[in-house]
Amino acid sequence: MIVAIPVLVIVASLGQPFSDAWQHLFDTVLSDYISNSLLLMAGVGFGTLLLGVSAAWLTAMCDFPGRKILSWAFLLPMAMPAYIIAYTYTGILDFSGPIQSTLRVMFGWSYGDYYFPQIRSLGGAICMLSLVLYPYVYMLVRIAFLEQSIAVLEASRNLGKKPWETFFLVALPISRPAIVAGVSLVLMETLADYGTVAYFGVSAFTTGIFRTWYGLGELTTAAQLCAFLLLFVFALIMAERWSRQRLRFHHNSANKKLVRMQLKGWHAYIALLIGCLIVGLGFVIPASQLLMWASSRWQENLNSEFLSLLFNSFSLAAITAICCVIVATFLAYTKRVFNSRLELGAVGVASLGYAVPGTVIAVGVLIPVAWLDNKIDFLSRVWFDIPTGLLLSGTIGILVFAYVVRFLSVSLNTVESGLSAIKPSIDESARSLGARPAQVLKRVHLPILRSSLLTATLLVFVDVLKELPTTLILRPFNFNTLAVRTYELASDERLVDAALPALAIVAIGLLPVLLITKSILNERASHE
Amino acid sequence: MRRRSVPLSVPLNAGFGAVFVILAFLATPTLSYGGELNIYSARQESLIKPLLDRFTALTGTKVNLVTGKGDALLTRLKSEGLNSPADVLLTTDAGRLYRAQKAGVLQVFSSQELNKAIPAHLRSSEGEWYGLSVRARVIVYAKERVDPTELSTYEALSGSSWKGRVCIRSSNNIYNQSLVASMIASQGLEKTEAWLQNFVPNFARPPAGGDRDQIKAVAAGQCDVAIVNSYYLGGMITSDDKRQQEAASKVSLFWPNQKGRGTHINVSGVGITHSAKNLVSAKQLLAFLATDESQQWYGEKNNEFPVRATVGASKTLNAWGPFIADQLNVSELGRYNAEAIMAMDRAGWK
Repeated sequence: MIVAIPVLVIVASLGQPFSDAWQHLFDTVLSDYISNSLLLMAGVGFGTLLLGVSAAWLTAMCDFPGRKILSWAFLLPMAMPAYIIAYTYTGILDFSGPIQSTLRVMFGWSYGDYYFPQIRSLGGAICMLSLVLYPYVYMLVRIAFLEQSIAVLEASRNLGKKPWETFFLVALPISRPAIVAGVSLVLMETLADYGTVAYFGVSAFTTGIFRTWYGLGELTTAAQLCAFLLLFVFALIMAERWSRQRLRFHHNSANKKLVRMQLKGWHAYIALLIGCLIVGLGFVIPASQLLMWASSRWQENLNSEFLSLLFNSFSLAAITAICCVIVATFLAYTKRVFNSRLELGAVGVASLGYAVPGTVIAVGVLIPVAWLDNKIDFLSRVWFDIPTGLLLSGTIGILVFAYVVRFLSVSLNTVESGLSAIKPSIDESARSLGARPAQVLKRVHLPILRSSLLTATLLVFVDVLKELPTTLILRPFNFNTLAVRTYELASDERLVDAALPALAIVAIGLLPVLLITKSILNERASHE
Repeated sequence: MRRRSVPLSVPLNAGFGAVFVILAFLATPTLSYGGELNIYSARQESLIKPLLDRFTALTGTKVNLVTGKGDALLTRLKSEGLNSPADVLLTTDAGRLYRAQKAGVLQVFSSQELNKAIPAHLRSSEGEWYGLSVRARVIVYAKERVDPTELSTYEALSGSSWKGRVCIRSSNNIYNQSLVASMIASQGLEKTEAWLQNFVPNFARPPAGGDRDQIKAVAAGQCDVAIVNSYYLGGMITSDDKRQQEAASKVSLFWPNQKGRGTHINVSGVGITHSAKNLVSAKQLLAFLATDESQQWYGEKNNEFPVRATVGASKTLNAWGPFIADQLNVSELGRYNAEAIMAMDRAGWK
């Protein structure tokens, strides 16, 4: 419930009077905000679905040269913050960038003589976000494919269904909880994105929230806009839950060895090509651009202060990831055991934080915490004559709390989708053998959930590494992270200097990606 | 199954084992900051920290810093109330200073010394805040395609001869908001709206990117003129990046409105918070920031103009020649900010 407070603070703003600013928004820009955000969601949703599911299918179900490398390489773009990839691609593809400049010199063209897609546009934003967000879908769906009952797939093949039919008629429907979990994470992150859309000049809902707050000075109206955004997301989630209310997606144990489809000849080449294209666009190209920038200036930027940035970012991300996964497992499990309306509601509200722009979450945390601090201080002065000052505000603890609020749904969705694949009959057999719920969790569920838990840890870890706005506003004095440093330099349009901390984010993000995927990949092998 | 359970317990045990370390990590910042000086700064670290280090070296007062966006810091300051640890608020535009003043988080500090050093239109009339550096919003034009005699004022860029030739960033940007606010202050909302209606259709492309991107677009031929902050051009001229230097060399700077009210300017500035517990040090810092030495560094570091008339601008800036700046008190920019945004929304300036 505590985790839900910041979200409730935002929703509570609806209780305040609506100011004149609303009239202005209605008359001018609101329809633009809404339509752009919806288009963005549709585009990114489709893009990540296409990239994520095909990547998962290729690496989980097929075999071709390069599959093993690709199966972890597909995760690489996840470590790339969306606004960083936006900056780098703009550097490359913009009118004044190297590609267009070379074209102009080669063919003697000037402005207006030729067509070149405008990178800074809604379409550009969709591409950028899809390229870095598809790994969410990929990870979850891949696990689902791997954990799917082989028997079902084999039955389908034995019944003479072609691979494509098996894919669309069997594998995809069975993986629905995982696909939904992945895509809804992507959509929430898309709605909360500010850096990319702001840089591309796309007036989406988030830019509207900040314009209303910063520009018009209307914090209440901005919070109300945000509350409507939350209601919309909540409605979407509920609609999806309702539509699959009757369906159950459990499967039998997956202990049988999966026989991957062997791709031969040009099939294998196409698979490899698709894989390389996705990883190349999402990671290799932007990372090499960053590397080029960073290499020109690394002596100046690599100093002892940089090491403290590394330490801060890493420890924050690790602590938050562990906290998030513990809270998520607790919530998902309570929900499974008690299944009461109140619990469902609380869990639903708590997981909305991901759709809220970080700065707004920060304000939602800041206001009640500062209020509590000031109350404690007041009471302590009255009763004991001791001023306590602000006990909680401005500590790293509050920062971690805000991260948990914001990223809980990442871990929750992952754990839930893993948990939903375990048949209730397993719980029942364990319980009937005399095990208490906690024992069932510890001895039965946690071992089965291992890859889901590790995935959840990884997702939160990488998200915290990239997180910027919450860190900016809530951090204590003299406390910097890699993302803060990257942002400060990039916002000053000093991309060359920003490249080193950006690369460091990517590098630290890769560490757990490699470790965890290795252990998840070995999952199958351990059964053989 | 057995195989699976082993690796899981490792991270969990390690997690519990690290609890003490983590608690220590989480609690560090709650240590008292008494006797030091605490600053919330919207000016980014690299553009202020060296100066604060210098202050520490001179006075022995340790300085603690949080940087962030102006309005976010202001919200933090407001909700922390009188218990806020912050002694000083630094922002990068007059609009935020005005908003902080209106929110009642700044206290009056009237100092003869500062009043003498800083011209009256670059500080609040009561002494809640003081400007520290000046940035001008100028016109940059392509040397090859634009004859500077074509240029005169911001207003003239709404003329039909400029159709499809103007680059400017989004109206989300505070400096564009301030520019329009200054027009509302000087000639009223009606005239400004009329100007916007003609100016926006002259854009060469939908607004996107930062000020440097607009300059690059002029250099590359996508548009002929751009409206940008002076320090971005300065930054490109002094950049180590050859491409930026090359782009900067293809454009020239024009000081608009020299025959009228002067070129639009904004300030970065500073104020002492109501919650300040280290008042003496805070006052010392403000005085320090207005000294010749600080002003010199503060201006040069970011290619800005010092507020102190006795301090010369950097070589790069001097190369652009002298200019007449708008004498409007910069708090007016804050006063008309919301009106400016609404007008830009109505004109369809993205």
